[in-house]
Order: sequence, then structure tokens, then C-alpha cells
Amino acid sequence: MAEHKLTTPLSEEDVRKLEAGDTVSLTGVVYTARDAAHKRLVELLEAGKELPIPLEGQLIYYVGPAPTPPGKVIGSAGPTTSYRMDPYSPILLEHGLRGMIGKGARSEPVVEAMKKYGAVYFAATGGAAALISRSIVSAEVIAYEDLGAEAIRKLEVKDFPLIVAQDSSGGNVYEEGQKQYAR
Amino acid sequence: MREIRAEQITEAVARLSMEANFELEDDVQKAIEEAFEKEESPAGKEVLRQILENSQIARTERMPICQDTGYAVVFAELGQDLHIVGGDFEAAVNEGVRSGYTEGYLRKSVLSDPIKGANTGDNTPAIVHLRIVPGDTLKLWIVPKGGGSENMSKIAMMKPADGVEGVKRFVVDCVRTASGNPCPPVVVGVGIGGTFEYCAYLAKKALLRMIGSTHPDSYYAELEKELLELVNDTGVGPMGLGGRVTALSVNIEAAPRHIASFPVSVNMNCHAARHKMVEL
Ligand code: SF4
Repeated sequence: MAEHKLTTPLSEEDVRKLEAGDTVSLTGVVYTARDAAHKRLVELLEAGKELPIPLEGQLIYYVGPAPTPPGKVIGSAGPTTSYRMDPYSPILLEHGLRGMIGKGARSEPVVEAMKKYGAVYFAATGGAAALISRSIVSAEVIAYEDLGAEAIRKLEVKDFPLIVAQDSSGGNVYEEGQKQYAR
Repeated sequence: MREIRAEQITEAVARLSMEANFELEDDVQKAIEEAFEKEESPAGKEVLRQILENSQIARTERMPICQDTGYAVVFAELGQDLHIVGGDFEAAVNEGVRSGYTEGYLRKSVLSDPIKGANTGDNTPAIVHLRIVPGDTLKLWIVPKGGGSENMSKIAMMKPADGVEGVKRFVVDCVRTASGNPCPPVVVGVGIGGTFEYCAYLAKKALLRMIGSTHPDSYYAELEKELLELVNDTGVGPMGLGGRVTALSVNIEAAPRHIASFPVSVNMNCHAARHKMVEL
């Protein structure tokens, strides 16, 4: 299993060489969005309107951070469960989204879109939220401030530790890993 | 009759809401340390290493262990010889949640209505399970409950003929299909018996028990041990990446049932298994 250092934005080529189980240290900009923000983004796409964030080559991190305490860049900020975004992801991938960061497995339609458009799904460690906040060097709300924790933030991350959970050729660390350790 | 002031309740709830979110309880901390020693899968071990480092950072910097600082679930045992003065009980609890979640920079995750609602902005109302018991003290358990693990919980109205084998199948299946979603290693709360709603309550109550404590009924103590082995044999592992440690503990609460009913419930808790208790 390979180790990679990646910097966003990512090209299709960057992503196609990642295999399920590889570890990645990620640097650069990622955008946050959860359930409510996804709903709005997809409504805009369906209406043919412009989005508040770029998608081409970008990554979305599924997180609703805790409020920022004084003197910090951001509050605790670990991943939320990804399957809730499954209904929205294929259309975002179709419009150029290169990858997603969350926790837990993705469904078949998302995997099909990842294969087709060349995208990757990374897992971060759920519940390691104070630790992950240390990889975030800047945070700024850029859309949907009314959604509070669910607003879209532009985060700059440095050496964010991730694992390639599902890759662009159908590789799946959950299936492979669990099979290996089941008795 | 002994008296306490409502504001003592508020203070306790506020303090425990913060402490529960900043400091992993000793029983959970110890169980994760043991899991780290036991885990054979490299990916699983790395997850557990991160969880332990996270716990250290949260404790020293007073930051939440997890950004999902939970729905504030409160269990209360109120002694019937205790008189609460200067305010009403539930309002005092809610005031405690409000001030703890604000002062501690904890996330507010509660919507005022399930369909039409907006965020209440202060994480209230709490969910309060109150029992009146003999005595003159008030025991409070604060259990901030994350959504990711809560969503993987289930209840089944089984047939009495399904018996204990049915219970085992249901629990193991629940953990296997939950996979990485509830942030394993999990604590599995199991309710057996009662009625439909009481069974779900039992599974939640089971999460209050200290990890490593033994069930007072030796039959259920054995069943818990067996279930823990079965659950760990699924290979789900830390964060579902595959491994030996899927659960830290299986805790059962059993209750009498109707002759025709056999409810079984599973309330899943994540490794951020937050619970704090105080006696006033
Ligand atoms: S399941 Fe628990 S540890 Fe995981 S994100 Fe939710 S609250 Fe945090």
C-alpha cells in the first residue's frame, strides 16, 4: 500500500493512480459541505445556475465543525458519515468534483460516477476531530452562513491524514479489509 | 426533607456537558488503549493511535473529542425525599445544556421540529429520562449522543420462538451492516424485553454502564462476552477498515416482556462514548 503526498486541486491523473488502502497526506484547499449545503448545491445545478464554489479538480470534506474557540483557527472538525450525501454526489462528480472526504462506505451509484469521471473517496478518522483540526491552517465561511455548522467553508489544510477508502476503479477498503479480518 | 436549588442542577449539567465532551471517560480511554495493543490490522491500529492522540489533545486543550457534541440525553434518578426549590427540574436541565454548550463552544445540533424546524441555537431541549426512586439525592447521567452512531441503531419485534439465537443474529447483523458508519470500535447497547418503546430505552440505558463492569446476572454476563466475541469476529475493525477490534463492549439491559412479544433493540455508540455521572 503506497503513501502519497497530494496537493489540491487534483487532476484526473492524480486520482486514477490512487488505490484503496493507500494513505495520503493532503495539503491545499478543500471545501466543506454536509446535508443541507448539498441540497442547495444540487438545486442550483439542476436549475442551471452558478455555484458558490468551484468543482473542477476540487475536494469536498463532509464536516460540520464545532464552534471556533478564541485563539483557534477552527473548532474540532472530524468527518461526518458520507452515505447521507450519496443522493447528491453523482451530479457533483459529473460537474468536475474530483473527490470527497468523509467516513463510512459509499453506494453503488456514487462508485459508478467515481469510475466514470475519475474521482476518489477518502476516509478520515471519525471522532478524531480535535486532532484533525490541527491540520487545518485557515477556515473561512464562503456560503450559506445561515446554515451555521453546515455552512460551506473554504479550508486550507496541511498534511491532513487520509486513507483511500474507495478508488476510481472500484477498489473498496471496507470490503477488502473486513474480509481479511473476518473469522 | 432535603432540599436542592434548581441552579445546582443547572450548574452540574453545564459542567458535565463540557467535561463529557472534552475528557474521554477513564473506562473508555482504557478500553481503547487495550484495543490499540490488541489490534493486528495496520490501518486499524493507525486509527486507534489517532483516537488516542485525539483524546490527549481534547483533554489538554479543552476541545471537543468529536465535532458532533451530541444530542444531550440526560438520565435522572430523583430521590422521592428530595425537594427541588427555586425552579422546575426540566427547565433547570435545559438551562444547563444551554450554558454548557455555549460556554464550551460545543456544536448545536438540535432542530426545533423534525420536518419544519430550524436549529434551536443552544442544543436544547435535552431528552430527559426521569425516574423517581427511594432516597433523598439526585443522580444525573449526561450522555451526549452523536448522530452517526445513533443512526445505525435498530429495533426488532421478534417472535418468542426466535429465542436467544435470534438475539445474537440480530445484534451481529446490526454491527456488520453498520460497518464503518458508527465510528467503530463501538459500544453496543442491547435492550431485550419490555414493550416497543421501553426496549429502545433499555438499549440507551445500557450505554450508561461502565465498560469492563460485569452484568449482575451471570446469564447475561456470559451472553455479553459471547456477543462481544461474535461482533469482533465480523472483522469490521476500527472505522470499518478491517481489524480485530470492532466493539469495546456489549452491554445488555433485560426486562420482563409480554408472552407474545420479544422486542430486541440495539443502540450503537461510537468510540467517543461520552457519559458522565454526578450525585447531588
Ligand atoms: S459517530 Fe461518534 S465519533 Fe463518529 S462522528 Fe458521530 S459522534 Fe463523532
